[in-house]
Formats: sequence, C-alpha cells, structure tokens
Amino acid sequence: MSVPLEHDYIGLSETSLMEKSSDKISSSSSSSSSSVLNLKETELRLGLPGSESVGVSLFGKDLEDKNLGFNSLSNFTSRTKRGFSDAIDASGKWDLSINCRSEADGEKQNLLFSPKRSVEEKKSVNASHTSKTQVVGWPPVRSFRKNTLATKKNEAEGKTGSSNCLYVKVSMDGAPYLRKVDIKTYSNYADLSSALEKMFSCFSIGQCASDGLPGQEELSETHLMDLLNGSEYVLTYEDKDGDWMLVGDVPWEMFTDSCKRLRIMKSSEAIGLAPRAINKSKNQN
Amino acid sequence: MNPTLKKPRESVDLSELTQSTFPDEVLEKVLSLVQSHKDRNSASLVCKDWYNAERWTRTKLFIGNCYSVSPEIVARRFPKIKSVTLKGKPRFSDFNLVPENWGADIQAWLDVFAKVYPFLEELRLKRMAVSDESLEFLAKSFHGFKVLSLLSCDGFSTDGISSIAAHCKSLTELDIQENGMDDISGSWLSCFPDDFASLEVLNFASLNSEISIDALERLVSRCKSLRVLKVNKNVTLSQLQRLLVRAPQLIELGTGCFLPDLTSRQYAELESAFSNCKNLHTISGLWEATYRYLPVLYAACASLTFLNLSYATIRSGEFLKLLAHCPSLRRLWVFDTVKDEGLEAVGTSCPLLEELRVFPADPFEEDIVHGVTESGFVAVSAGCPKLQYVLYFCRQMTNAAVATIVRNCPDFTHFRLCIMNPGQPDYMTNEPMDEAFGAVVKTCKKLQRLSVSGLLTDLTFEYIGRYAKNLETLSVAFAGRSDWGMQCVLEGCSKLRKLEIRDCPFGNAALLSGLEKYESMRCLWMSACSVTMNGCRLLAQERPRLNVEVIKDENSDDSADKLYVYRSVAGPRRDAPPFVVTL
Repeated sequence: MSVPLEHDYIGLSETSLMEKSSDKISSSSSSSSSSVLNLKETELRLGLPGSESVGVSLFGKDLEDKNLGFNSLSNFTSRTKRGFSDAIDASGKWDLSINCRSEADGEKQNLLFSPKRSVEEKKSVNASHTSKTQVVGWPPVRSFRKNTLATKKNEAEGKTGSSNCLYVKVSMDGAPYLRKVDIKTYSNYADLSSALEKMFSCFSIGQCASDGLPGQEELSETHLMDLLNGSEYVLTYEDKDGDWMLVGDVPWEMFTDSCKRLRIMKSSEAIGLAPRAINKSKNQN
Repeated sequence: MNPTLKKPRESVDLSELTQSTFPDEVLEKVLSLVQSHKDRNSASLVCKDWYNAERWTRTKLFIGNCYSVSPEIVARRFPKIKSVTLKGKPRFSDFNLVPENWGADIQAWLDVFAKVYPFLEELRLKRMAVSDESLEFLAKSFHGFKVLSLLSCDGFSTDGISSIAAHCKSLTELDIQENGMDDISGSWLSCFPDDFASLEVLNFASLNSEISIDALERLVSRCKSLRVLKVNKNVTLSQLQRLLVRAPQLIELGTGCFLPDLTSRQYAELESAFSNCKNLHTISGLWEATYRYLPVLYAACASLTFLNLSYATIRSGEFLKLLAHCPSLRRLWVFDTVKDEGLEAVGTSCPLLEELRVFPADPFEEDIVHGVTESGFVAVSAGCPKLQYVLYFCRQMTNAAVATIVRNCPDFTHFRLCIMNPGQPDYMTNEPMDEAFGAVVKTCKKLQRLSVSGLLTDLTFEYIGRYAKNLETLSVAFAGRSDWGMQCVLEGCSKLRKLEIRDCPFGNAALLSGLEKYESMRCLWMSACSVTMNGCRLLAQERPRLNVEVIKDENSDDSADKLYVYRSVAGPRRDAPPFVVTL
C-alpha cells in the first residue's frame, strides 16, 4: 500500500524510497548519472562552490550519507521542488536549520551550513512556491496557547517592528547632524538621558548633575527633567500619532513602544510642553 | 460463600447463609469510603451484592469518553451522583485535527441529570461542546451547584458565565481554562450577588475581557475561604496588590500583567503583600514579567511548589534569580526562552523537581535557532533525580542525551518529547531516534505515558511493545516504517488504553492486528495514515461493540483520513454530524 505522496514529507515510505534512493546515491556519488544531473540544475544546494557532487541539500538531508536508508533524496528528485519544504509554510513552520549538523564529521559529505544561509535560500524557495501543504496541528501546541503566542507576537511586532532593537533618530536643535540610538538598549530614562548627554556633549548640553540615580521609574522621570533643567534644553519625542511629547511622563516600556524619534529641544521653544523646565532654566539663566 | 463449609451457629437461619457475609448497610458504608473510580469499577465486579452496594454509594462519576456510555445508562445505574467529570473530543482536537461541530455536546447529559440528579454539585468538563444556553440551564436546574470547571471546551461565551455567577448561590469553584470561547465582556464578574461569599476557587486567567476591579475586590473581601485566585492579564500590579491584601490566605495565585507601572511606594506595598501570603504554593500568570518586578515575588517563593511561567517569556537572567528563591519547587512550567542556561539553573536549584514542562515560544518560526537543546534537558536530569513528568519541546536531540537523561531519572511516568521538526534524526549521528526511546522504555519501568517524535523506524515500536509494560497512553506522529511497528505496540503493551497516531505509514494490516485489543482500550485515533475505508469496515464488522468512525477529507478515494475507534455500551452515536461516518 502506498503512502499518499503528500504525506510522505520526508520519505518515510520505505519500499519506493529504498529503490530510488539507492539509485540516486550511486548516481550522485559518481556525479555522472543523468538521472540526477538533469535535476541538479533545479535543485537548491548548499555545497561549496565547485563541488558538484557533494553538498547538502537545502532540505537538510545529507545526500551522500549512505547510512541513511531514509534518505529523502528521492523526495526531491521525484517531485523536484515539492517535498519537505512544501510541508512548511507560514503556519506550519519547522526549523530545518538544525537538521544536519554533524560537527564531528569532517568529511566533505557532511557540510556544515549556517542556519542563516539555509534560511535565506529557503525563503527564496518558499517565495517561488505557489502551492504548499500545511501541516495542521504541528508542533502539538494547544490552540489556546498558539493564539496567545500569536497575539503577543503581533503586539510586539506591531509596536516595534523588530523585537530586538529600535533605532530612533535623535536631533538636537543647533547641532549640525543627527544621531541614532537604539532605545532598547536602555532600561530606564536615566540610562537614556546619560547616553544622550554623552553623545551630544560636544554640543554642550549643559551641566548635568551626575550623582547616583535611583532605579525606580517615577524618580528617574523627574530626574531627567532635573538633568535637563540645568540647561537650555528639553528632551522631547515624537510618538506614534505624530505628536511631540515630553519625555518622562509615561512608564519606560510605554515610552519605548511609542517613541518614533527624539528631539533635544531648546527650552525657549518648549512652550507649553514643560513649563517647569522653562521656569527653572529661566531662573538659572 | 459456601454455606455448607461454614459451621452454622445455633440460632441462625439457613437462608441467611446464602447471602453475603456483610449486611448491605455495612457493605455500603465500607464501599462509600472507596474514592478511586478504578477501584470502584473493580469492586463492582466481585458479585451482585457488591455491584449493588457500589452503585448506591458512588457519588463521583468519571467518564473518559462521553460516547462510551449514554446519560440514560448512567442514570439507571447510579442513583446518587453528586459530581461528574466528562471528557469529550479526541485529544487531537486541541491541535485542530477535528472539524468543528464534531459533537460532545453537554446538553444531552444535562437534560438527564436535571431529572435524575437534582442535587448535582460538581461538573468538570474537558473538550466538550458547551453553549450559553446549556450554562444557563445548568445554573437554573441544580440549586446546590458548587463546582464548574471547563477546560479546553468551546461553544460558549462570557454570557454563559454570567448565568452561572448570577444563579449559583452555593458556587465554590469557577474554573475557566483555555477554552475556545467568546470573550464578550467582563461583566460576568459583576453578576455575583452582593451577598455571595462562598467562592473558594476562581480562575479566569485565560479570559481577555476587562472585569470590574472593584467588583473583584469586593468579591475577594467577602469570600474568606478563597484559596485559589487566578486573574487575567488585564489586572495590573497595583490592582493585584489590593487583591492580595484582602486574601493573604491564598494557596494558588495567578497574577495579572506584570508590566511596570508602580511608584516606589507601590512597589514596596506589593512586596509586603506578597510576603504576607504565607501559604502560597502555586504562582502562575506573570504576563510580561521582566527583571524589574519579579523580585516582589521572592518573599513568597520559599514554600512554592508549582511555578507556572508558561505565559511569561522571561529570559535566563531573571529566571536564574527567581529560581534561587524557589528551593522547594516540584513542578515547573516555562518557555524555552530561558534556554539551556536556565535549565542548568533548574538542575542546580530545584532538587525536588518532579515535573518539568518546557513550551516553545516560537513553535512556528522557521528561522529561529534558539530555544532549548538536549543539553538543557540533560542538565535538569542531572540535578533532579526525582523527575517523573516531562514535556519538552526542542529543535534538536540525540540518542545519547536521552539515554543519559533516563539513566539519571529512571522514575519517569510521563515522557513527552517533541522534537519540533518532524522526522528529524539524531543531529550528531544522523541516525534515527530509535535508541533514545528504546532507552526510555527499557529504563523507566513505571512509564505510563509516552509521546515520541523525531525520525523513528519500526525498531522504536518494537522496543515499546517489548518493554513498556505499564504504558497506557501513546502518541505517535510522523514515525514508523510499516505496519509492523503498530502491530508491535498493540501486541506488546498490555495496559494500553489510548493510542493516537498521525501521519504514519500504518495501514489496514496494522489496524486489524488490534482486533482483540480495542475493546480493552478507551480509544484509537489514526489520521493521515494508510488505513482505508475497507479496512475500517472490516473492523466494524468484526467488532460490533466498537464504534468505528471515519472523517473523510474531500477526495473521493478509499482512504480513511481520520479514524476514531472506541468501545461503547451505548451503540453508535445518534448525534453524529454528516462528516462523521459510522461504519
């Protein structure tokens, strides 16, 4: 009884597989059989440049390893670009990049390929496919948990675009050029303000008290104001809605989520934003 | 009892000797102390007297497959039921393998219960279809109703929960977990009457709607016996603090959102509230928990036995610090974002650990190369020899690692390993993972539940059949080579009760090899295998006491795409939807 092809993701069906794979293995090792060569053009591989017979298929299986009775080479050759990657798509994704990591094996056959490379190539493969088979219900994560994860990811991505870093432009009135900072590398306003101070010190942001800053949110927010109060500058940011806001009002996380760019504004311009800052700077000036 | 063997006492009537030695009242008194339904089932088989005494004294009903018996049969046999646990759909419905409207509707049961068990107090449902109308019916039909637990059910909304809150005046437990429900509004919480004070368990952690925090505070203040409170992620830290000061007696707490929003004074208050909760054994929730506020928990962690971080994607750094405060931990659920280093810390900090579940934070991402690996699992096993239950999602594993793990922890009863890439071999040797699971079944003699994954040949199943003599539940996906694999399991695993298989090359020969077996099992599920309609028909013909149900995909060929076989004394389903074909 034949296993329906579309379920034979990785060549689990033994009989049909063994014949084909033994053919293919011998042919690919000799690298002269036409039955493999004519498909080699279309097959995506990660072999070193110049090695036509050796290489690891994109799909992570070692083409040369004769030990693998389950070699899914026949998958590729019998169905060209269908096969393993079909089964992967947006929702049923698997991580192929771990598949064939044989660090101990120094033989030419088992090539280490960096996950990144495989990903790039895989993406191009996926893009070229129009029909794919979804793997429903795998990995076996309960629907509820899956939905919760999806929402969490959407929220995170919707907010920042990337969960790892968030570079925003920082402009300072009067400075000839702008800077960029990754606000994700800071954990509170105090860190951000001291970093900005260092960055723009050449443009004389003013005397800033650098005594010990408390770690708590509330205090650091007012402290930022204190720092900049001693100068003619006020730190503002543009939020998602396009409004210019005073930095320090909202909790740090909320700030990082909504901040699009920063501007170190002259306090004389900061009318209506930070009356206290203006007053203090006026007093000190 | 043979009357001729016993020397008759003088004043005894011969006819009395033909009865059981114990008068009914005594037998019933003794049997009423037997709690486990398995023991009761055994007791009921001893003789007619015992059967009768047992049925009159059973108050708790456990039905693992709602279609294995009908409500009428149950009502006839057991007149005094107070508590019912019902499980409905096949487990793979959790992973969307069962189409909607498959069945397992609770209403048919409620109709009978309302007539026969008006004093029903507890209903615990898993994977059942429950409508708002059913919930309202339930709330109005059973006046002393106390406990409602809904896990992985679907078909209802918060309106149904409102009915429960409004009408169940003696409610002690409301446990809504991970259901496919409509979260319309949080007003259900405000439906509890103002004088309602009997709640002991409240779990609404998986609801998304906003509830009235004032109503919740007042409820918590009134319910002095409250021991379990699990709120949803809309409850903030400052709100949590107000709840905690009103309920320092809590044993289980599910926090709301842990996002920073506290002043330093509020932080101190929260910390003090936690340290006043001297009885906390379980903490869960912790959405968005970061290094900043996790320390408030530390004071409450000394007696913690169950830490559920499976909704908090915390990193290894903060996890390590938290773990250092939890030496008594027995159960731990985490995301794989803690990585191997986090698991190494588990190995060193939690010597009493019995259960570990590691969930994937990004199960469907192709290009993620992180999470946990085999070394994390090995590290835990090295430090936690008492491990019995593990659920582990990873992207790479080796046979050697698993062999080491079970050598360190031979007492596994539940071993569920999910290598997320189907059919993936041992990444170091490129061999199948047969030897890994071979090691598991050879070493862990008490193994009751096993989930296999990775590249597996029939050899895995030979091992399972030969060694896993206590195995009751087996889950198989993308594995095996031929019918022989499944046959080994069916022949060898004498205690097998639940077998669920997907995407394996097992066909009719394998299916039919279990002819003798299926009536001693609860159920068999096979989807995307090589079974045909003919094979299923044959099974149905040979075993009329089994329900053989097939759900076909749209193609018209002979393959039985989804097969569900289970024993039943109730005959074929009468409520099967059109896509379920009973053979």
